[in-house]
Amino acid sequence: MADKSRRAFMGKVLGATAGVGAVASLYAMKRTWDPLPSVISAGFTTVDLSPLEAGKLSVIKWRGKPVFLLKHTSDITTDEARDIVIGEDRYTVVIGLCTHLGCIPEWRENDKIFHCACHGGQYDPHARQTFGPPPRPLDIPPFSISGKTITLGDEGPEYKKMLTMA
Amino acid sequence: MAHFPKAHGVGEWLDHRLNITALKKVMMTEYWIPKDINFLWAMGMILAFTFKILLISGIFLLMYYKPDVNAAFDSVNYTIMQEVGYGWLFRHIHAVGASVIFLVIYIHMFTGIYYGSYKKGREMIWLSGMLLLILFSAEAFSGYMLPWGQMSYWAAYVITNIFGGIPLIGDELVVWIRGNFYVADATLTRFFMLHVLLVPLAIMGGIAFHFYTLRIPHVNNQTGEDIDFGKEAEKYKENPKRSKIIPFWPVFMAKDVFVLSVFLLFFFYLVFYNYGFAMDPVNFDPANGLKTPAHIYPEWYFLWSYEVLRGFFFDIGPLKAADIGLLAFGFAQAILLFMPWLDRSPTVAPANQRPYFRYWFWIMIVVLIVLTIYGKLPPTGTNAWIGFASSIAFIVMFAILPVITEKEARTVAGGKK
Ligand code: HEM
Ligand code: FES
Repeated sequence: MADKSRRAFMGKVLGATAGVGAVASLYAMKRTWDPLPSVISAGFTTVDLSPLEAGKLSVIKWRGKPVFLLKHTSDITTDEARDIVIGEDRYTVVIGLCTHLGCIPEWRENDKIFHCACHGGQYDPHARQTFGPPPRPLDIPPFSISGKTITLGDEGPEYKKMLTMA
Repeated sequence: MAHFPKAHGVGEWLDHRLNITALKKVMMTEYWIPKDINFLWAMGMILAFTFKILLISGIFLLMYYKPDVNAAFDSVNYTIMQEVGYGWLFRHIHAVGASVIFLVIYIHMFTGIYYGSYKKGREMIWLSGMLLLILFSAEAFSGYMLPWGQMSYWAAYVITNIFGGIPLIGDELVVWIRGNFYVADATLTRFFMLHVLLVPLAIMGGIAFHFYTLRIPHVNNQTGEDIDFGKEAEKYKENPKRSKIIPFWPVFMAKDVFVLSVFLLFFFYLVFYNYGFAMDPVNFDPANGLKTPAHIYPEWYFLWSYEVLRGFFFDIGPLKAADIGLLAFGFAQAILLFMPWLDRSPTVAPANQRPYFRYWFWIMIVVLIVLTIYGKLPPTGTNAWIGFASSIAFIVMFAILPVITEKEARTVAGGKK
């Protein structure tokens, strides 16, 4: 009798130890696959928008993706849901991957369109699709504004507001 | 302590300690195989052998391969292909082997489906086989990433992106799998580990398990006859000619090895003279995360399921095209697992002797071939519609399988003849 309850007790101890051990190991293993701190900090990119020249596209790299920065010329209409406004100036800031199948569209300065060579998709200067297969506008990356610079990867109040307007 | 008598000779000495005679009996000389089978039953051994070829060629590639985004491409395309003595040979063997093993897996699977070798006690053989298919798919996908060419990169990008479709955790899951916000060095090094260690280990375990699942039900035969292996074994010992079965070793192996030799001739013909199909030209451009190739497509053996993924290209009601595609893709991956339960007829017989199943089988093959062909073509215009129609056909085929086999079970009274 005493023997039996002793074995049952040892069984429970084994079960508990194994359970705790399994959960702890799984957590540690999961953590090894998390992005490294250096990777996470490289995921925030700060750019000064003031030196941009209106009507000319600049492309920077953020989290391995191209990001389009376009300062609007005065003939470009305003689009409250998509323009980033800093002082007097309005900007289009979007991830430069076609929402159809991920090619990188080019900016045609004279026509004021983004044109995707892969399947002929087109977007207006706010990066809203106007022609061809793209199913939605180019994506706006999370950003926050401070002064004349924006930080990509950080969800600021302006970005959150944009999400509600989309 | 056990008692060990003095041994006469090395064999006996080992036998006392390892019981080799009994082991040989159980595993080989008294493991029984039906006589009434054809060359299609050699596919399993061909698979085991091709896996061995992949393992050995892989070990040789591993000595010069460098898992680093800056070094990987050159270590393969320059060091191994140009400098290492016969490096090109090992690479061609490995690439052709990876492609051909899927051809043989598909033949092996459809042999099983054709002869109904997944039911009446053989369900675990089927399930362990599907486990191997999943493991081989993981192995092929992770291996394809290693040369770090354009197709490596973008296939990795597209496939890891698929997990983004999972509700709630999708986006974070993709970052976790990649170890970065995009496909990067962390992605390469972890898939390298999977490809050279964890998945091959799992495959070896999987093969051992697959063999073990064959042990009790034994392999099927050309007519689906339910053989009493115990009785036939007795008969064999009296007179081999009158028995319906033969021992695996050495009698059956002699035949298997013959088919294997024919296969190897074909295999090495491909390796030396026709390896191009296993080496995509796009992958000879180094990976570039800022430049998408005009068309992204997987290797031929994934095309059918890739086409199911892309087949649904328009939204239906509240469902987005991409989500429908993802659901269909998940369905395609999982449904074959349930083959033993979708086939509701107890009859174990070749497909051509089963009333509705004979059509089902060949239509299924045609659907898969169409999906495979269109999976490679750009998804535009008519191609997109053919892809859509064949994806629907694929799903419908599995939906009607229980219905037609139920009907078969009722018309062919008593089921098994
Ligand atoms: C690549 C890994 C695989 C290896 C090494 C392998 C090996 C084998 C071997 C040696 C046999 C016995 C001989 C024969 O009937 O061919 C066998 C039988 C079988 N395998 Fe596999 N196999 C693999 C993958 C698969 C897959 C993916 C499936 C399908 C889900 C599968 C399903 C079956 C079935 C149903 C049988 C029984 C055939 C019968 O009873 O007639 N196997 N396998
Ligand atoms: S990828 Fe841009 S239109 Fe198809």
